Amino acid sequence: MALTPERKLALEEIARRIRVDVIEMVHAAACGHPGGPLGMADFMAVLWMEHLNISKENLHDPQRDRFVLGNGHTCAGLYSALAHKGIVPREMLHTFRKLGSPLQGHPHRNADLGIDMSTGSLGTGLSTAQGMALAAKANGWPTRVYATSSDGESEEGQIWEAATSAAHFGLSNLTVLVDFNNIQIDGEMRKVMNVRDLRQKYEAFGWHAVDVDGHDVTAIDAALCAAKAETERPSALICHTTIGKGVSFMEGKAAWHGTAPNDEQAREALAELGV
Amino acid sequence: MSPVLNPTAAKRAATRDAYGEALAELGKQNPDVVVLDADLSGSTRTKVFADAFPERFFNLGVAESNMMGTAAGLASMGKVVFASSFAMFAAGKAWEPVRQSICVPHLDVKICATHAGLTVGEDGKSHQMLEDLALMRVLPGMTVLVPADAVEARQAVFAAAACRGPVYVRLSRAKTPIVLGDDYRFRIGKGTVLRPGNDVALVACGVEVGAALEAADLLASEGVEARVINMGTIKPIDGELLVAAARECGAVLTAEEHQAVGGLGSAVAEHLAQHCPVPLELVGVQDTFGESGDADELLAKYGLDAASIAERARRLLRRKN
Ligand SMILES: Cc1ncc(C[n+]2csc(CCOP(=O)(O)OP(=O)(O)O)c2C)c(N)n1
Repeated sequence: MALTPERKLALEEIARRIRVDVIEMVHAAACGHPGGPLGMADFMAVLWMEHLNISKENLHDPQRDRFVLGNGHTCAGLYSALAHKGIVPREMLHTFRKLGSPLQGHPHRNADLGIDMSTGSLGTGLSTAQGMALAAKANGWPTRVYATSSDGESEEGQIWEAATSAAHFGLSNLTVLVDFNNIQIDGEMRKVMNVRDLRQKYEAFGWHAVDVDGHDVTAIDAALCAAKAETERPSALICHTTIGKGVSFMEGKAAWHGTAPNDEQAREALAELGV
Repeated sequence: MSPVLNPTAAKRAATRDAYGEALAELGKQNPDVVVLDADLSGSTRTKVFADAFPERFFNLGVAESNMMGTAAGLASMGKVVFASSFAMFAAGKAWEPVRQSICVPHLDVKICATHAGLTVGEDGKSHQMLEDLALMRVLPGMTVLVPADAVEARQAVFAAAACRGPVYVRLSRAKTPIVLGDDYRFRIGKGTVLRPGNDVALVACGVEVGAALEAADLLASEGVEARVINMGTIKPIDGELLVAAARECGAVLTAEEHQAVGGLGSAVAEHLAQHCPVPLELVGVQDTFGESGDADELLAKYGLDAASIAERARRLLRRKN
């Protein structure tokens, strides 16, 4: 069933608030990665609020869903989503990247905060999600496993090893959401190292794969529902996004992959986000 | 050589910056030099070379294993290859291609790895490489260099290009004190005494050289004369200099921004245990991963700052007979 108009608005509002958190966290840390999580905010909102069966109440239930942030540098968005779920305390967001904070510069596994896997080295996430999906399947659990990845991460060979094996194992309980923004650190992905058509690639590897407008919450929701209906194949949502989405001067720019906004830029960004 | 500058007052520069500049100069001198990177050319500073010699620069994307294999192929065709990424991914992720394709055939690939150690800072443990010296040192035929500062880094790059076989050069992200004078001459396999003293020897590499010099100042105020040695080459280790230090000082402390096992401390211990056993103290990270934080805060927390080195030296002196 498609999202109701009210639900669509509510999810867009969550996405806006994730973007606000991302700007505030990276600005307070004076370092970090704002661009990726701004672009991922819409699909993170839909996934976390509408689909992932992870909450404060079931956090320690072994059969709950799992989430792996393969592109670990985008963790400001994950921490914000966990705060919206009431799992990470909001005041903890201000400790991001500081000495002693559980909110590390790249995710570190933390059972009490709903951080299911340590990531940060690109290429590692999807294999670990596959391991979780294999365990759930072996146990006969209803657990679904979601991983994110990115166009840049798709340059790592290990991604394609996992793509091969997840299809081989028939892991229909595994879904990857790929942040496809045509940007990596050294510039435009198509110029640095072109990964070409990821939907066709995942399809060729035996996955159920679809292209999705990564800023259309209704389309993202529909694609996640279709992934749940799969009974034999893992699913890949190739989410076409704009890096820095929502902050005009960051949009489409590789420079905002890993640069914190200064005071004035942060003010301007927050104003554009309606703060 | 000229006296060492006071590290606290010294000018600061990042060894990765010296690397980028040296690489561009090398490119001018030698048309066979080619450079590879894995989507980090801005951070590793290979971009300086890439801008000057775009036709001799290859960006492999986020694919470090593929980069090392490609480096081996280029070297087998007579190229002098520099391959760069963060130390975590150059030495860690790509370790097996480095072993199989570069070290086994003993090819001229110079792996210049930046962002080593805790001084990466806020990116945290996934990026703080503390095991690379162990991983690289154990590979047959691999030369392992850890420049103390930008002065040494520049010379290490030229020395790596001039020597045969695979070389691993460990570089830092952070701007660190320049502790070596302009007339400093780096030679592969040779350490340097930066400060004389016969009570205890402090053998350090990388950013810990500055910390060791500061620690020596602290100790001097207590009447302890520490000899400070910069060990810019971890492999082959300068055994002669070590044995002389052990004989004359009677106690040796090592300091490195690395696990306390497997790196400089282990290399020193292996040599001295066989040739001149004396009490040793190995300063390094104690069997743990790092975390997010400011670089200087982290060095203090993990016992790698000057105060910690001085404290460990006092402990060592109590064990000295
Ligand atoms: C194995 C590995 N190599 C290199 C890096 C450094 N790195 C971090 S993000 C990144 C680029 C990733 O591209 P993408 O995820 O598409 O970036 P974004 O769209 O978020 O800017 C690189 C090379 C890393 N984290 N892991």
